This record gives sequence, structure tokens and C-alpha cells, in this order.
Amino acid sequence: MLINRKEVQQIAVLAKLNVSKDEIDTIVTSLDSVVEMINHINEVDTDNVKPMANPMDAVQRLRADVVTETSNKEVLLSMATNADDDYFLVPTVVE
Amino acid sequence: MEFKGIKQIAEALRAKDLSVQELHDFYQAKIEKHADNLNCLINKTSELAQKQIQQAQDLIDTGSGNPLTGIPLVHKDLFCTKDIKTTCGSRMLENFVAPYDATVVDNLNQAGMVTLAKANMDEFAMGSSNENSYFGAVKNPWDLTRVPGGSSGGSATCVAAGLVPVATGSDTGGSIRQPAALCGITGIKPTYGRNSRYGMVAFASSLDQAGVFAKSAEDCALVLSQMCSFDAKDSTSAQVDKEDFNQNLNQSIKGVKIGVIPEWMGTLPENIRRQTQQSIDTLKNMGAQLVEIKLPTAHLAVSAYYVIAPAECSSNLSRFDGIRYGRQCDNPKDLNDLYVRSRTEGFGEEVKRRIMVGTWALSAGFYDAYYRKAQKIRRLISEDFASAFAQVDVIAAPVSPEVAFEFNAKKDPVSMYQADIYTIPSSLAGLPCMSIPIGLVDKLPVGLQLIGNNLQEAKILNVAHQFQQETDFHHLVAEGFAHE
Repeated sequence: MLINRKEVQQIAVLAKLNVSKDEIDTIVTSLDSVVEMINHINEVDTDNVKPMANPMDAVQRLRADVVTETSNKEVLLSMATNADDDYFLVPTVVE
Repeated sequence: MEFKGIKQIAEALRAKDLSVQELHDFYQAKIEKHADNLNCLINKTSELAQKQIQQAQDLIDTGSGNPLTGIPLVHKDLFCTKDIKTTCGSRMLENFVAPYDATVVDNLNQAGMVTLAKANMDEFAMGSSNENSYFGAVKNPWDLTRVPGGSSGGSATCVAAGLVPVATGSDTGGSIRQPAALCGITGIKPTYGRNSRYGMVAFASSLDQAGVFAKSAEDCALVLSQMCSFDAKDSTSAQVDKEDFNQNLNQSIKGVKIGVIPEWMGTLPENIRRQTQQSIDTLKNMGAQLVEIKLPTAHLAVSAYYVIAPAECSSNLSRFDGIRYGRQCDNPKDLNDLYVRSRTEGFGEEVKRRIMVGTWALSAGFYDAYYRKAQKIRRLISEDFASAFAQVDVIAAPVSPEVAFEFNAKKDPVSMYQADIYTIPSSLAGLPCMSIPIGLVDKLPVGLQLIGNNLQEAKILNVAHQFQQETDFHHLVAEGFAHE
């Protein structure tokens, strides 16, 4: 196996997902098969190849640091499950 | 009523042989008859449609507007539509209402098109069968026991079943071309950056690109010309002038150099290979010059893609925290519980799998070995295409190694991923590419992929249109769905 239960649990913690005991073995098997497929990228020597992040090799376009939008706080807060007039509401973080 | 294409409808609207309302009612009746059974729609947008019908009719009556004014369409449900739900096929966004329109939606609204509905899709555009939708699988009109392909399966089915003449889609690794092929219609993904990604729910940002489904290349060209624009709101929008993709449609393809890839043809099942070869022979008989080419690194494209796309997916989908928008779990006991349970409940199996693969590939110790390595493979594949385009104008290749398959036929994810073996290479290189129908195998449609060099949409559309002047495959309709 290229990936084991412990690693899958660790990945789930990083990804903020829960993996139940019932599904862990299925997930290990499926991720293992994906990793096996991915490993084919090692068949080619790429030592002197420049990574390609954008298909047009474009770099991030920057804009002047000026305000371009008016505040639409009410609209944005209305999309949240829990919000009051000014804030998103979350469970208590600091007592 | 029988419509041959957008131009013909536009002429009828202008000649007052038809009103926008009558046109709408015709397609609406087809939606009422078939959409539920095909499960190709997530939300109908009747109120918006009524408003747009009036606006379109006003434009036509005053002599303004353009050939798209009044033409009905559906949008894949990952394009944000102001004040209308945009679910992305996910429980996470089941009740999400965007506060703005995606730029491509806005561009088509400006043209006076009429939005009838939002189309079903694989959750967050991840899938090749449309079986990953929270709202259930879409059926292929050619055989209701089979998939329409994915991820834009709802859009493709809508056009193939004649419920609309046009649908928008998005293509990250084949999500327009493969369903177009499996449903027997025409679908195009332009060059990366041609269409704005603003308001298109992100999956893999360096690959995602919006595109169009229609019956013919001519209709695709009309819509795409209006859809594409430079957009300052998308940081990777290509800074190129707006182009009329209809301009070269009628040019002869005599002397056009078309690259074929013997290595790919050799891996096709015999019946699909034969059909594909016949279509390439047709192009040759029309005067195109066939040139054999090689893409030496393309066999690693699927492997590299399944590092890059999940890595970008895991990063993009980290925005779904259950707090600002999207699903929130009930009674979270603390902040971490809120994050974990909202995401675990909100995402489906395939999306979680890709988030986990991406999280793994980007985690400490793996970044160079996988993500950077995959980006280097991407460079090699792009260079393969650049060498090929030094010899040819267009590449003709298969779209899918199979016709539409039955539901639940692919239980293991890797076999599903391999379905995109011929579409992923051009996606990694960001090239414009499309699928056109080339007939039936075992009563199911097969497509031919046309790939162009960067920003050469007009060239592939020209070849496609000329092919469709010689053949009738794009007029084939599944039994029971022909316009009466």
C-alpha cells in the first residue's frame, strides 16, 4: 500500500473532513489506487524543466490599490446561516 | 416547428413569423415533457425568463439586438446568477443565492438571451458521468439507462434532447467535450483565459474554462463570440481583443493541415476507431492534408492532471467553512466541529476524495515530489503541442475511449478518471478544443475532438463547420426527442 489508514486520518484532519470508521478502509483503497496512478509522473526526467503554473505562462495581473467597490455588507451577511447586524456568528472561541 | 439553428430562429423572430414568447413556449413545453425524466435541470428560472422575453422582444421590435436576442438557453449550475440559486450540484450550496451574475452570464444577458433554467452537473464539476450530483444522475437521451457524460451532463442532455438550442458548460479536463461526444452534439472549450472565470464557482483555477453546447459549430461560434471577453475581474483573463468566431466559418479547408495521432488511434476500441477514422477520411476527402504527429508526454497527462486539479480543488474548496455562505451543520460544539461537520455533510464522496488527494499532494514533504513535478510534466505536454502546431493547423483526435456507459458501471475512481485520457492533454496546455458528432456506434453517439493552437478557436470552428456542411451527424436526434 502506498498510503495507509494513519496517513488518511492525518489528511482528513488537514482537510477539515471527518472520516468515519465505517468508511476508512474504502477511502484508503480508493486513495491508494489514485496515488498509484499519479506515481506514473515519475517515469520522466524533469530536472531541467520549468514548472508550468499557467497554460499561457501569464503572471498575476496587478491593479492599483484603490477602492473599487462599495460596501455590500448587508447582502454578504444575509448569505450566512448565522449573522447579526455586523458580524458572522460562530461558536465561542475565547471564553 | 423545426429549427435548423440559431440563425434561422433569429430570422423568424425578425420577420415576425415568431414572437419571443412563442419561441419560449415551444421550448418550455419540451422542458415540461422531458426535463424531470431526464433529471437534467436543477432549477427553473421562469420569473427571470419572463422578464428577459419582454426585454428581448423590445430589442427586436426596435430593430436593435443581434442574432442571439430572444434565443433561450440554460446555464450550467456553476455560473452565478443574481438572485437565483447556484448549487454547483452540491448539498454545500443547496440554498446558495449569488449576489451577482457571472461575467459570461452577464455577456449573454446583454445579448438578449433568455435563461430558462440552471442545468444539473457533477458536484463542483468533478466527474465524467454526472453521477456525482447531489441532485441525482442525469440520463442520456440516447439511452435512459446510460450516463450523458460529465461534468456538464445536464447542459449536454438539454441540448441533445432539444429542450434548448444552447447551453453553457465548463471544461476543466474534458467536461464539455466528453458529454458533447456522449450525447451527440457540438461543444467547445475556448483557450484558457478567453472566457472570464468571474462568477464561475472554482474547481481548478489554472484549468477551468467556460464554453458552449449547441447542435452545430455555427451556433457555438455565434454564442462563443458573445460570451468571451477580457474581464479585469478575473486575474487570469486573457488580454486579447474580442473576436468574431463566425468570420472564417465558410472558408474552404482545402490545404488545411490536420494532425492525427496514430498512437491514440491505436488505443481505441475497434468500432470507435473505425468511426473516428471515417470522419478523418472525410476531412481528407474535403481537401485537408493529414499529417501524422506525436505527443510523446501526453500519456502522463491523466496522472499529472490528478495532482494539479485536486491540489487546486483542495485549495479552492477550503473557502467552504460553513460560516459565510453554504451549508452549516446543526448545533456545532466548537469552531472546529463547525468546519468539519459542515464540510463532511456538505460535500459528496468524489469531492471529498479530490480534496484529500490535493491536500496530500500539497502537504509537507510531497509538494516538490508531486505538485511541482506535475507542473513540469504539464510544461512538457504543452511543448509537445507547440512542436505539433509547428507542423499542423488543427489536431483531430478521439474524445472518449468509449460510448455512453451504463449507470454504476465505473465503481473505482481511476477507471472513471481514465475516461478523460484524450481530453486532458489539451486542457493542461490550455488549448481551444471541441467535440463534433461523427455518427453512431451501437446506436450511441461518438465525437471527434478538434484541437487548435492558442487562441485559434476560429480555425477549429471553421473545420467543424465545413465538416458539418458535408455530413448530417449533428442533425441526428435520439428517438422520442425530435421536434414535432
